[in-house]
Amino acid sequence: MALLNFDTSRNPRQAYASMAVVLIGLLIFPFVAAPFGNSWVRIVDMALLYIMLALGLNIVVGFAGLLDLGYIAFYAVGAYMTGLLASPQFATLLESLINEYPVIGNSLVTVLGPEIQQNGIHLSVWVIVPLAAALAGLFGALLGAPTLKLRGDYLAIVTLGFGEIIRIFMNNLNEPINFTNGPQGINLIDPIRVFGVNLAGEAGSRATVVVGGYAMPSVNAYYFLFLLLCVAVVFVTTRLQHSRLGRAWVAIREDEIAAKAMGINTRNVKLLAFSMGASFGGIAGAMFASFQGFVSPESFSLTESIAVLAMVVLGGIGHIPGVIMGGALLAALPEVLRHVVEPLQERLFGHVLVEAEVLRQLLYGLAMVLIMLNRPAGLWPAPKHEDRPDGDSDTKEQSSGTMAA
Amino acid sequence: MSEPVILHIAGVNKRFGGLQALTDVGIKIMRCQIYGLIGPNGAGKTTFFNVITGLYQPDTGTFELAGKPYSPSAPHEVAKAGIARTFQNIRLFGEMTALENVMVGCHVRTRQGVFGAIFRHKAAREEEAAIRRRAQELLNFVGIGQFASRTAKFLSYGDQRRLEIARALATEPQLLALDEPAAGMNATEKLALRELLVKIKNEGKTVLLIEHDVKMMMSLCDRLMVLEYGKPIAEGLPAEIQSNQAVIDAYLGGSH
Repeated sequence: MALLNFDTSRNPRQAYASMAVVLIGLLIFPFVAAPFGNSWVRIVDMALLYIMLALGLNIVVGFAGLLDLGYIAFYAVGAYMTGLLASPQFATLLESLINEYPVIGNSLVTVLGPEIQQNGIHLSVWVIVPLAAALAGLFGALLGAPTLKLRGDYLAIVTLGFGEIIRIFMNNLNEPINFTNGPQGINLIDPIRVFGVNLAGEAGSRATVVVGGYAMPSVNAYYFLFLLLCVAVVFVTTRLQHSRLGRAWVAIREDEIAAKAMGINTRNVKLLAFSMGASFGGIAGAMFASFQGFVSPESFSLTESIAVLAMVVLGGIGHIPGVIMGGALLAALPEVLRHVVEPLQERLFGHVLVEAEVLRQLLYGLAMVLIMLNRPAGLWPAPKHEDRPDGDSDTKEQSSGTMAA
Repeated sequence: MSEPVILHIAGVNKRFGGLQALTDVGIKIMRCQIYGLIGPNGAGKTTFFNVITGLYQPDTGTFELAGKPYSPSAPHEVAKAGIARTFQNIRLFGEMTALENVMVGCHVRTRQGVFGAIFRHKAAREEEAAIRRRAQELLNFVGIGQFASRTAKFLSYGDQRRLEIARALATEPQLLALDEPAAGMNATEKLALRELLVKIKNEGKTVLLIEHDVKMMMSLCDRLMVLEYGKPIAEGLPAEIQSNQAVIDAYLGGSH
């Protein structure tokens, strides 16, 4: 990490230079990767979504110190909202409503018109993204409100429950009114369309997107969109971290009673952390739904919540560059393994000895254990400000002082 | 600001289950005084303190700060009303720098929210700069200005106590309430703390002080109150307290 330094307060010139280097690297990446096939860029697309999630969770867990094991619920909220408002699903919903409750169903149809009854709602991305952020933020506050008095393990258990509740709702909300299509999931979600350009490519173009006369694969177009959103999320979280609110969050994490005594309204500030974090999850979820064109409850299981939490903790809890690195490593490495391990074994031994999926689980566990043993603060933790003029003497003084107390 | 009585509390009762922790405790503190609260261990000093600052809910009692009634229903409301406190066992924000700790103290008198944080418009930048300036001034005032960028938990014990006082002062309190600030300090550190408290008083602040060191309290405080078993047994000038029979009995046992 010596070459790249992102601490703007210490060494701004080096920090901005590092950021520029990283950004240029990221901008040319898809062009370098394109000749090797679209799957590599697709992996990075998913990694970018996970980075967004990890950065959102970092606000809750890293800054405010509120352990949230149900964070994937907000990803689900964003994804399902997109599924409902940008696919034919709303037509199915209306149909089931008319069958079950004709009065409400028919009056809703007269309000919305036959167009929506036929084809469902198809909102533009410009509406979907803010709406997903707002709805997920609302859910964040709703789920945060009952947990305000809980800390640590208790909070973790309750949030875990909330995460599961949302997933089970998605799994079962197909009767009597079909909101989510149950375990089958919502299909045919619209791809994102920005300024008239369809990021999935026009029909018959074999997933080629043409921007200003330049043609690129669909995954590259999504890559640039997700990169833009990621940069925005990084910008917003960095600004929040170095603000009055960011300090209040960290103060609550460090000592809630002292934070209260300093006049911080911990209830409001905690709820704000929950909803800010959730809104990033909601945006990532909306992007996920449009990118895949399909959502189902399987994508939002507890293991996903834990994976996102692992990204935050492994990378360096509360430290934005660390969290980004954790997200990139944990999201991309399994995919890379899948692409590398099996062909390699076939070449070496003629057949596959250990399946990539098995190896992935093994390495995942091993990596977790090793990192927690050797770098408990994460791979890239926040720098400590220990610029002590007189070396070790302070430590002694401090420990003796504490003992005397 | 002309109101001479800064804190007027009367009729406070507080019961923990079967234990009557405070019985009809009242207090009246004049502006620009150092007011001491002493008593044997378990007399209810810290309980009273926690009631004043909103950490515990009293069963009864009336509360007035600078002539205005305030409700000690939540600590952040009390801080907003103008009482800042420190803790018996230091409660700093350990992972934050000294400067950031004091900047958190400025939270209650500032107002920038999410939009200010993200867009950093002019008002937000100015407020942030003012917070930073004020925090550095306060660190200088308590004498640890040179440690501004150090992580709080790496400060020496005496400096952590000072930092807690600076953080409390950052809330711009009318009354500064210190819970055993000299606990665990050596003689030199106590002397320096004394100087700091006198300096704070000379700045026009009022200080409420709990302390075990009776010698220090007698020479430092303008007035004192003595608690025993949750009841006030004496109140007055240090000299009066020193010669009060009930106080002597409380400290030395009745039949000395």
